[in-house]
Formats: sequence, C-alpha cells, structure tokens
Amino acid sequence: MTLNALLFQALNGLSTASGLFFIAAGLSLIFGVTRIVNIAHGSLYMLGTYIAYSLATKIGGAFGFWGGIVLTALIVGVIGALIEIVLLRRIYRAPELFQLLATFALVLVINDATLWLWGPEDLLGPRAPGLAGAVEIFGRRLPSYDLFLIFIAPAVLIVLHFALAKTRFGRLMRAATQDREMVGALGVNQAVLFTSVFALGALLAGLGGALQVAREPANLATDLVAIGDAFVVVVVGGMGSITGAYLAAIIIAEVKALCIAIGVVNLGFVTVNFSKFTLVAEFIVMAIVLIARPYGLLGKPQGVVRSVAEPEAPIRPATPMLKVLGAVVLVLLLALPLLAQTSPYVLVLATDVLIAVIFATSLHFIMGPGGMHSFGHAAYFGLGAYGAALLVKLAGFPMLAALFTAPLVALLGALLFGWFAVRLSGVYLAMLTLAFAQIVWALVFQWEGFTGGSNGVIGVWPAAPFNKSWAYFLLALAFTVIAILVLRRFLFAPFGYAMRAGRDSPLRAEAIGIDVKRIHWLGFAIAGCVCGIAGGLFAFAKGSISPEAISVSRSIDGLVMVLLGGIQTLVGPIVGASVYAVLQDTVMRQTEYWRALLGVIILVLVLAFPQGIAGALSALSRKLGRKPGGAA
Amino acid sequence: MSVLSVRSLSKTFGGVHAVNDVSFDIGKGEFLALIGPNGAGKSTTFNMINGQLTPDSGDILIGDKSIAGMAPRDIWRLGVGRTFQVAATFGSMTVVENVQMALISHARGILGLWRPAASLHRERALELLAQVGMADAADRPSRELAYGDVKRIELAIALANDPQLLLMDEPTAGMAPRERNDLIKLVKALVVERGISVLFTEHSMDVVFSYADRIIVLARGRLIADGNAAAIRDNAKVREVYFGTGKTFQETAS
Repeated sequence: MTLNALLFQALNGLSTASGLFFIAAGLSLIFGVTRIVNIAHGSLYMLGTYIAYSLATKIGGAFGFWGGIVLTALIVGVIGALIEIVLLRRIYRAPELFQLLATFALVLVINDATLWLWGPEDLLGPRAPGLAGAVEIFGRRLPSYDLFLIFIAPAVLIVLHFALAKTRFGRLMRAATQDREMVGALGVNQAVLFTSVFALGALLAGLGGALQVAREPANLATDLVAIGDAFVVVVVGGMGSITGAYLAAIIIAEVKALCIAIGVVNLGFVTVNFSKFTLVAEFIVMAIVLIARPYGLLGKPQGVVRSVAEPEAPIRPATPMLKVLGAVVLVLLLALPLLAQTSPYVLVLATDVLIAVIFATSLHFIMGPGGMHSFGHAAYFGLGAYGAALLVKLAGFPMLAALFTAPLVALLGALLFGWFAVRLSGVYLAMLTLAFAQIVWALVFQWEGFTGGSNGVIGVWPAAPFNKSWAYFLLALAFTVIAILVLRRFLFAPFGYAMRAGRDSPLRAEAIGIDVKRIHWLGFAIAGCVCGIAGGLFAFAKGSISPEAISVSRSIDGLVMVLLGGIQTLVGPIVGASVYAVLQDTVMRQTEYWRALLGVIILVLVLAFPQGIAGALSALSRKLGRKPGGAA
Repeated sequence: MSVLSVRSLSKTFGGVHAVNDVSFDIGKGEFLALIGPNGAGKSTTFNMINGQLTPDSGDILIGDKSIAGMAPRDIWRLGVGRTFQVAATFGSMTVVENVQMALISHARGILGLWRPAASLHRERALELLAQVGMADAADRPSRELAYGDVKRIELAIALANDPQLLLMDEPTAGMAPRERNDLIKLVKALVVERGISVLFTEHSMDVVFSYADRIIVLARGRLIADGNAAAIRDNAKVREVYFGTGKTFQETAS
C-alpha cells in the first residue's frame, strides 16, 4: 500500500462523510428539540435520492439536476412537516419509546410506498451536469462531483452554525434543546417550533439523499443502512451538536476508508483482511467513544425532560382472574397438538410465537423494570442461536445439551456487553446496545470459517422425539412457561424491586445502600441469558441459523412487541409478542405490501392505545371495576 | 467522642471556594443546625458528608473512620441515614414497599431472587410508618402522596437502618408553616427517643432557633459562628451576613 493510495482513500472518505453529515445533522436537530429519535430519518434520506432521480431524469439537463436537488430538499421538508403535524404531534405526551415505535412504523410505510412508486430495481441517476469529469489527484482519478461533495458539507455546516447562533429561530432552537418546558413557559409557540425543526431536519436528510443521486443508485435498503450509520454519527458526535455530527461523520468515514486502504495484511501467524472490518469499525469507534465520553465528542449531558408519562402503578401479584386466564391459555396450548391435527402449520406458527414470547419477555425484563432501553437484544438471541447450532455442529453436542448450554453463551456475552452498557443511560444506552448487536452480527457475518458467514449454519435439526412438530412445540412450551415464571418470580423478589428502585430514583437507591450499576448489570445478564433460550429454540425450529435472523430488525421487532403489549404491565410482552408474531405471519402472506400494512396497523395501535394493548385492557378493567354498578 | 467530625473541609468549583476550611463536630444525640445565606456552602458541605461529592482536601470522620470520598451507599452502611432536599420516593412502589426496600437492603438481602419482597420485613416497615404517622397509607402507591407525606415517608426510610447520624437537607422545604412545625417536632421526638445525632440545614429561622441544640453558620464557604441559639443571635458576624452592617446606608445618608 502506498501513501498515495492512503491519501486517495482519505479523500474518498471525506466525500462519503458529507452524506453521513446531512442525515445525522437533521436527526440530531430533531432529537435536540423534540426528544424524538426519528427512526424514519433514513427513509426521508432515501426518499431524497428517489425524488431527485425522478426530477433529474424527467426534467433533465442542468436545471433538472441541480434545480431538482434543491426542489427535492424542499419537498422532503414538506413531507417532514406533514409527518410532524399529522402523527408526531399527537404522541409527544406518550412515553418516549412509543414515539420510537411510531417512527419505526413510518419506516415500513415509506419503504413500501417507495417500492410502489418506483419499483424494486436500483435506479442510478445521471451524472452531474458540469461536474461529470474527474480530477487527477495522487495519481488516481477522483470524480469532480466527489470533490464538490467534500466542500458542500462544511459549507452547509457553516450556514447552519450561523443560523443557530445569530437568528431568533436559532436561539429558540438552542433554548429548546436545553430546556423545552422553560421555552414553552416563556410563551413560545411550541407547535410551530417543533414543526419547523422537524421540517428543517427532514430537509437536510432530503438534501443529503438528493446529493447522492449522481454517486450511488437509489436503493430500497438505504433507509435502514442510513439510519444505522446516522445513529452512530450522532451518538459519537453528541446528541444535538451539529459540529459534533460533522466531526463524527469525518472520523467514521475516515476509519472505514482506512480499513479499505489497508486491505489484506499478513500478521505472521494470521492473515487479516481489514477491508472486511468496515462493518464492525464504525461500531467499535462508537463503543470506544461512548465509554470514554458518555455524551459523545461534543455533547453535553441531556437536560432533564420532566416526565410527561404517567408513572407506573405498583406491581401486584396475579389476581385470581389472571391466574385462571393463564391456566386456561396453558391448557389450550397443551391441547393445541390435538386441535391442530389437520393443519400442521399452526404448530410451526405457534412455536414461532413461543420463541417471540421468550424473546420479548426477556427484553421487557430490562426495558420495563430495569429502565434500560436495549436496541440490541438480537445480540443475545444470536449468541444463543449460534451457540446451540455450533455446539451441535462442531462439538457434537446432543440437542438438549445444546439447548441448555446456549443460554450460557448468551449470558457470557450479556455479562461482557452489559458491563459497558449500564454505565450509560437513555438514548446513549440504546445506541451502545445497538452497537454491540451490530458487532455480534458483523462477527458472525465475516468470520466465515467458524460461523459459515452469510450462509449461516444449516442442518441443525432436533433429535427424536422432538423431530415431530408437536413434540418440539411442547418442548418450546415447557421452556417458555418456565422462563416466564422464573423472570416473574425475580421481579417480585428483592432483586426485581431493587432494579425498579434504581430506575425510579438512582440517587435514592444509592442512598439506601443499593449498588444500582451492579444490580442493572446482573439484570442485563439475566435477560441476555433467557434470551439465549429463545435463540437456541429458534435454531432447532428452523433447522438453521443465518446472520439475517439476528440483524437489527430482530432487535426492533422485540421493541415493537414489548411496546405493543405495554411496557408497564408484566403480561404486556406476552400479549405483544403473540399479537405481533401472528400479525407478521398472517399479514406477510396476504400482500406484497405487508410492511406498509404492518406499519399502518402499528400506527393505529399507537394512536389508539398509547399504553399498549395489555395496558389499555387493564385500564379498562379498572374503569369497569370502579363503576358503582360493578361494585354493588 | 463525637459521632461526626468534619476537619478542615474544602471544595472548589472552577475557582470558587464553595467550602473553605470548615471544621465542626457533632456529639451523640445532638440536634445541630447548619445555616447560612444562599450560596454559603451548606449543600456542598452536606453532599460531601453524604458522599455525593468528593472533598478537595480535609477529612470527614464517622467515629474514627474516614468517609471522605466514599460512595453514598457505603456511607449509609456505616449507619448514616439521610433525607433529600427535594423529597423523592420509588414512584412505582407502595408506601410500605419503599420502607421495606431500605430494610431489605440493610439486611443485605437485595440480591434475593426467590422470596417475594412484599413479604419481607413488612412488620418492621409498618412499625416505622406508624412512628411517622403514615401507617394508614401503607398500601397506597407512593406517587399519589402529598408532598408533606412524602417527607414523612423519607424520614421512615432514613430510620430503617437504625442510623446513629441523620443528615437532613432542608427537611421542611416546600411545606406549609403548620406542617413544618409538626415534622420537626416529630424528628426531634424520634431522635431524643433513639439518641440519634442530627445534622440539618434549614432556611426557616423559627424552626432553627426553637429546636436546634446548637447552630453553626456558614458564609461564603467559611464557618463564621458556632454556638447555641442565644450566642448565634448576638453574634455580630452572623448579623452582618444576614442583615448587612448598615454602613452602606450610613454612607449615602452622610
């Protein structure tokens, strides 16, 4: 590798950084003011590329391209304003995680809308009129458009910086970032402020997406990739800091470029291909930054958001009615193999539901009572699944032994990652857990010799007598019931109370001798261990395991399940996981546009039941119970 | 021997001497008030004693054990109870569960994974609640309580580990005058009964001068007076920091 090659890759990195910066800056601005982590921000970015493509090809010429980019930014800005007015405005008072759920639903809807409008093919835009050539630098040819991208990002940064520093709107935004209640109390119209900030953020994302049109094809997978990258950039730079976002975008793009430039290196005893580390690299950068500077490079501790959500009611032991209900459900499930003799698919689906229930219940254990909003629970699912599969394949473990050992693999992972994660809180904890999950995913994906890479591990079938679907279903049921009851028992024991104490008031918990970090760490480990059970069961249920099954979307599925059921109730995750797993399965087979349908269903549920399904049911039963007629 | 000794304690925040060479002692069973105008360093002193801040220099002794820089939870284990300036409970628990948590922690049972917490130390928790007059509210969610009642719960929690020293940061802040007197009377009665030493900060001079055994006064980070109510009332320096010397008025008049 020559110095010239390295410098050339560094320039390449700078032009990539501009795209990262635009999307991250918008995300950061929106979070700073509204405290909403807009998962749909990647979708707005993607829309930007598609709209700019259409304008550039339909109108054509220099005006179609350059005018199209400006127009695209404005159009996406308007879309952002509409999203804020129609949807988000209704849920500012909902628990923060609910807002995440709503924006995730938007991801699904926008993705299918794009598929419907533009079709599934990648669309490569025309070259930029006036900048179609290339410049000779370091002995290689760099497209002059890339050079333009390198300069446009700092230019926008400077404009934004002065707008925030000098204008009245900028001052309001900075004030709202520090203390939005106070800004509201001073008579500022928050609705207008929030809408315009959201529109501005969307405009930046649209601009970023539009600028990519001459560089990369418009692609339907861009949304999740872009949002993942943007999360990392925002967290590394510090939430709410535009300059931090720029700095972080450059660092991350450069680290990736460096990995590519280094390429294959022979370290004597082992050959490492660094260009394959690009996936892991950004998340390792993020993990290091978060551990050294918990609020990002230029971030400050977040201003306290005075809780708007109603605090949780004390947990009570199961009422007789709930116990009866649980017993009835259990009996029905035990009888399911008999009931479903004619349609064997029911048992396969039911097994999937059980696995989802364990997954969601273990996630709820740390999210609800622990207050730790993990965005990377798929990591422990993956460790369990790969643990079980590899123990069978490589170590020759019998099935049951593998199923019992798999959770221990997940436990080890959770102990390691949890130790770092509990040092942070809120959005930063969420992002660090996401980073760890991506590291696990990338390791599995890139360590081909051990894990089979993208093909995964196949031929992990259950041994007799569990090779019959009814027998495997009953096995899964046994694991599920035990996992649920044990976790529930823990929650009612002093440990579970201590976990809630640490969530309710860390200061007060420490003041009565509770080591909050230690308790939350152990809670994290327990949840990871139980999640490993779900992973092990999944591997044998499918007969295989691949990186796809442990990707980001599984972590998001878990969040959706928990929130759907209601985070403040203990049966919530069970209800949520069942509803979601069945919905996903049935909706998916109905239509090509299942994502949009699922998204719409989630949106309706979010708007109709801000406490989740189980939360809404228990609120309803309390209401009925209080009626004079009911008491008499 | 004194229960708590503070020796030459100092803390600066970016060049501001919040607390500067402060020393005092509390004897067994003593009810000691720490007063001073805003910004005098009361809360900083307090937070160094309860472990939330680490002193820059000086020492804090409980008996003969140094606690400077120890974590709050370890200081609590040495028999130091505390209440907060802005009272807080564990909002997702009932009143009695709040007290039970402190009792479970005191018995080192926090890591218990099996026996339901609600059944542990309930009798003792109810006893403590009865002592602060909150037994009737035992099974109500603590988030529903009025602020004055939350202050009483805090007191019950602070008494759960049989403390020898109680730290109360503005125990009556945010309360009506009537409630204020009742609470301090209650604290005084409980500590006399149990022989607990109390260090408290307070803005209400009525409360301080009627109940404290001894008063220490901080101003701009320094300890300027230490004595009983009568001595403090007549102390010229104390009058100066609270009321000024009157010189400014004389100068304009002349």
